[in-house]
Amino acid sequence: MNRSAAPETAAHHELAPAPAQRFPVTPELVEEHGLLPEEYARIVELLGREPNFTELGVFSVMWSEHCGYKNSRRLLKRLPTGGPHVLQGPGENAGVVDVGGGWAVAMKIESHNHPSAVEPYQGAATGVGGILRDVFTMGARPIAVLDSLRFGPIEDGAPNAVRNRYLFEGVVRGVGDYGNCVGIPTVGGETVFEPCYSGNPLVNAMAVGILRREALVRGRAAGEGNPVFAVGASTGRDGIHGCSLLASAELDETSLANRPTVQVGDPFTEKLLLEATLEVIAAGAAVGVQDMGAAGLTSSSAEMAARAGSGIEIDLARVHLREPGMTPYEILLSESQERMLMVAHEERADEVRAILAKWDLPCSEIGRVTSDGVWRVLLEGEPVCEIPVRALVDEAPAYERETREPPYLTALRAAPAPVVSLSPDEALLRLLASPNVASRRWVFRQYDQSVRGNTVAGPGGDAAILRLPGTPGGIALTVDCNARHVYLNPRRGAALAVAEAARNLSCVGARPLAVTDCLNFGNPYNPDVAYQFAEAVEGIREACLALGTPVVSGNVSFYNESPAGPIWPTPTIGMLGALERLERRVASGFQAEGDGVLLLGADATDTAGSEYENAICGVARGDAPPLDLALEKRLQDLLLALAGEGLLGSAHDCSEGGLAVALAEACFAEESAFGLESALPDGRAGAEALFGEAPSRVVISCNPAVADEVARRAGTARVPCRRLGRVGAPGGRFRIEGVVDRPVEELREAWESGLPRIMDRAG
Amino acid sequence: MKVGVVVFPGSNSDVDSLQAVEAVTGRAARAIWHKETSLGDVDVVILPGGFAHGDYLRAGAIARFSPIIPAVERFARDGGTVAGFCNGFQVLTEMHLLPGALVRNAGLRFRSELVRLRVENARTRFTSAYEEGEVVRFPIAHGEGNYVASPETLDRLEADGRVVFRYVDAEGRATPRGNPNGSARNIAGIVNEEGNVLGLMPHPERAWSRLIGSDDGRRLFESLLAYCSEAASSPTPASLQAIPSSSAGGGLARSPRNPSGSLRDPHAGRVHPGSAAS
Repeated sequence: MNRSAAPETAAHHELAPAPAQRFPVTPELVEEHGLLPEEYARIVELLGREPNFTELGVFSVMWSEHCGYKNSRRLLKRLPTGGPHVLQGPGENAGVVDVGGGWAVAMKIESHNHPSAVEPYQGAATGVGGILRDVFTMGARPIAVLDSLRFGPIEDGAPNAVRNRYLFEGVVRGVGDYGNCVGIPTVGGETVFEPCYSGNPLVNAMAVGILRREALVRGRAAGEGNPVFAVGASTGRDGIHGCSLLASAELDETSLANRPTVQVGDPFTEKLLLEATLEVIAAGAAVGVQDMGAAGLTSSSAEMAARAGSGIEIDLARVHLREPGMTPYEILLSESQERMLMVAHEERADEVRAILAKWDLPCSEIGRVTSDGVWRVLLEGEPVCEIPVRALVDEAPAYERETREPPYLTALRAAPAPVVSLSPDEALLRLLASPNVASRRWVFRQYDQSVRGNTVAGPGGDAAILRLPGTPGGIALTVDCNARHVYLNPRRGAALAVAEAARNLSCVGARPLAVTDCLNFGNPYNPDVAYQFAEAVEGIREACLALGTPVVSGNVSFYNESPAGPIWPTPTIGMLGALERLERRVASGFQAEGDGVLLLGADATDTAGSEYENAICGVARGDAPPLDLALEKRLQDLLLALAGEGLLGSAHDCSEGGLAVALAEACFAEESAFGLESALPDGRAGAEALFGEAPSRVVISCNPAVADEVARRAGTARVPCRRLGRVGAPGGRFRIEGVVDRPVEELREAWESGLPRIMDRAG
Repeated sequence: MKVGVVVFPGSNSDVDSLQAVEAVTGRAARAIWHKETSLGDVDVVILPGGFAHGDYLRAGAIARFSPIIPAVERFARDGGTVAGFCNGFQVLTEMHLLPGALVRNAGLRFRSELVRLRVENARTRFTSAYEEGEVVRFPIAHGEGNYVASPETLDRLEADGRVVFRYVDAEGRATPRGNPNGSARNIAGIVNEEGNVLGLMPHPERAWSRLIGSDDGRRLFESLLAYCSEAASSPTPASLQAIPSSSAGGGLARSPRNPSGSLRDPHAGRVHPGSAAS
């Protein structure tokens, strides 16, 4: 190996001279880079001198909210991150969890909100690309993607409906096209429409990969002298300061001018990178691999060195470039997509080159690992930057922001319940057709769900299920958040999101194992938002501790605001569960006419904060529903016990739309809709019983012969259990005594046509 | 049965084909890298689903220039069994081994779901284990699966019994409602004149177990297995054998002069000499 050899591939263009001395670092320049005067002073202190222009750019991205988590790091330390199943917690490219049978699962969720607000198709596509890379750099083969999407209202007459539909359409297409092309099934997700997301949609993508336990690779630049490769797409001028300027500031009317900071995705190159990376890792030739994602070459090289406690030296003249005349500043900060930084064992470097050549992927040996703890950047041997690794990664400032309980909380809690003039029967029909409740088929039909042949249950159920090859078991995945509940009560709402995600897994018969969270909030310098964030983190902590699901990876996205104000606090919870035996999985929909229908869990006593009040009256008021985490745990343990013994025909969580919608969805879930003959507990027929969103409730069905046994088990487990009725004939009537009596096909049609009616109209 | 699955750099359903072959036949298939120039010793070649070379230009348009393609072409012209699923079908039309083309779905959106197909011809080597007229369920997952061809070509495909699978609705009828992508005459899969090359837009290779939604695809591989074992027990090597040696389905009109068995109009002059070698 010849370290001084010319770059190996691609056209290496003439480089612009280092501009370090051309731009003196002035206070204005510091401010333009988003750094506070005291942060700049700290940089000078750490370096023992003034930084040059390029170094200033490097600090600005490494200490940005996006890379440095400066306003969230301290609070995030409160989250439980360990456990017997956890092989790798936060701080790596992805979290890794032992799921049995020798298999481990790598998982991570990440936001791509602002790029998607500016350019929905590419923003969403590159969001999927980035999160996939985070998973396969760990040596895991991606097997599933989930997405959590939020937009402003899309119905005619709503403000900005046309733009919101454009964003929705573009994001779904972007998620689909990227995952479909790379060949990773999109197996689950959620889509929510609320006015607060108008102008600032949320696009959270979660990727899940599997690996043999022993094959785990970490993003470490270890071993002095080991070569460092830049692999994949060439480095261009796209995306410079995407993370520090676009992701770390609020959107305003000038944001569309930032479109050039949005990168363009190339899923075919991603596919090549995926296969080549996994091949290099499988060959044992890689020491560590990391995506050149946010802050590109800078963050990947600095973070890999930081994890290994080493140093790194790279020469920018050897990076393969897309265009001539790029400055060191641009090369270091480029966020061109589909690039990897790979550290190889010195004696295996030729093997790495051969594998990358097989996949026609450009690769340049750009430097080597050192032992001096310095992040050193050269240009044709001349020094450009020389910064202690720790200063960039570990010394990033960490703040606890000032918090204030937002005044809206008390006002909304005191607000009276709206007067509803619709009959329950008409309300149910309206709810089923409303954008937040209607079938998501319009979305997920655009996602390949079946590629790779692992999908046992795709989108549409309580949780997706995938098989684990060569074992009788599988994994279950879900992503959930009811942001209205978080808005009304940040701490309890966040705990409710964790509880719902775990409940969804338990419904399909999977034991909840671990969480990856995507915390979408407004500007943390707003004390109201800082309060929401601090409280939500606390809520996640409480629920994760109670349910035994550590947080193994995650992402924080601040500055989700539009001129109309901050979004609702939206801590999206992605969760992984394990099924020991797939044959014991439980369906969401009813299975057979005549099966008994029961409700596990307590009755709802209030419609505050419900989709019912929102869809019918356009109101979000009151408090989030009360949550008893001990009851939640007992309920989920009961579900798993019943599933394990094959006593359940189906199980479906009551969430948006309450019991009435859960019953209807359970009727629809199979190809031909079942009818229903039921009566509410104790004959209560008020809106709160039908549409209230109390948590810890699950509609189950079972063979009538075992209904007594199921009720007895529930009693022993101290979980309330009510008999509601029986599954009716296919195509029959949907009856809830005294309140609803309609042909089930009419309800199903309303539910199925909800989104197509809005999105597929001619003209 | 020795199966080779051609792997283009952007293939992604190659793993499904490899899995399905092993699950159904109990024998591993071989992955053949697209940069190879020989297929090796195989009885059946599968061109899998995916986005062979990214397909930014047109699905399959670049794949036909892959180094392995001349070998696939020779193998097919010699009567070897070739099946293209999804992207593989697109590649086969680009190679002109099958007529027509697959264009953007009529709804302009990618469609992924379990669809119903009617088996229109159970007398091919790909479908002998099905009943003619039966309805099966395979997943689809494509953005460009809308089959188009000239009216004359379509008429001839129909007259020759070369439409093997058709999209149908819940009642088993070939209606617009049952057609997920706008394909002409609801066509989902066709064979070439000689009956040894199949193109099929849905994914039988993702339908090998009820666990993953459907096991209706198994019989396609079982049909091939039956065909290959019969061919193996005859003196001619399977790779040159285009003639099923016994009736696996009812009403066969197969003879050495009518190798595909199903052709009402054998177009004898068009049959490649190699395919009638025996």
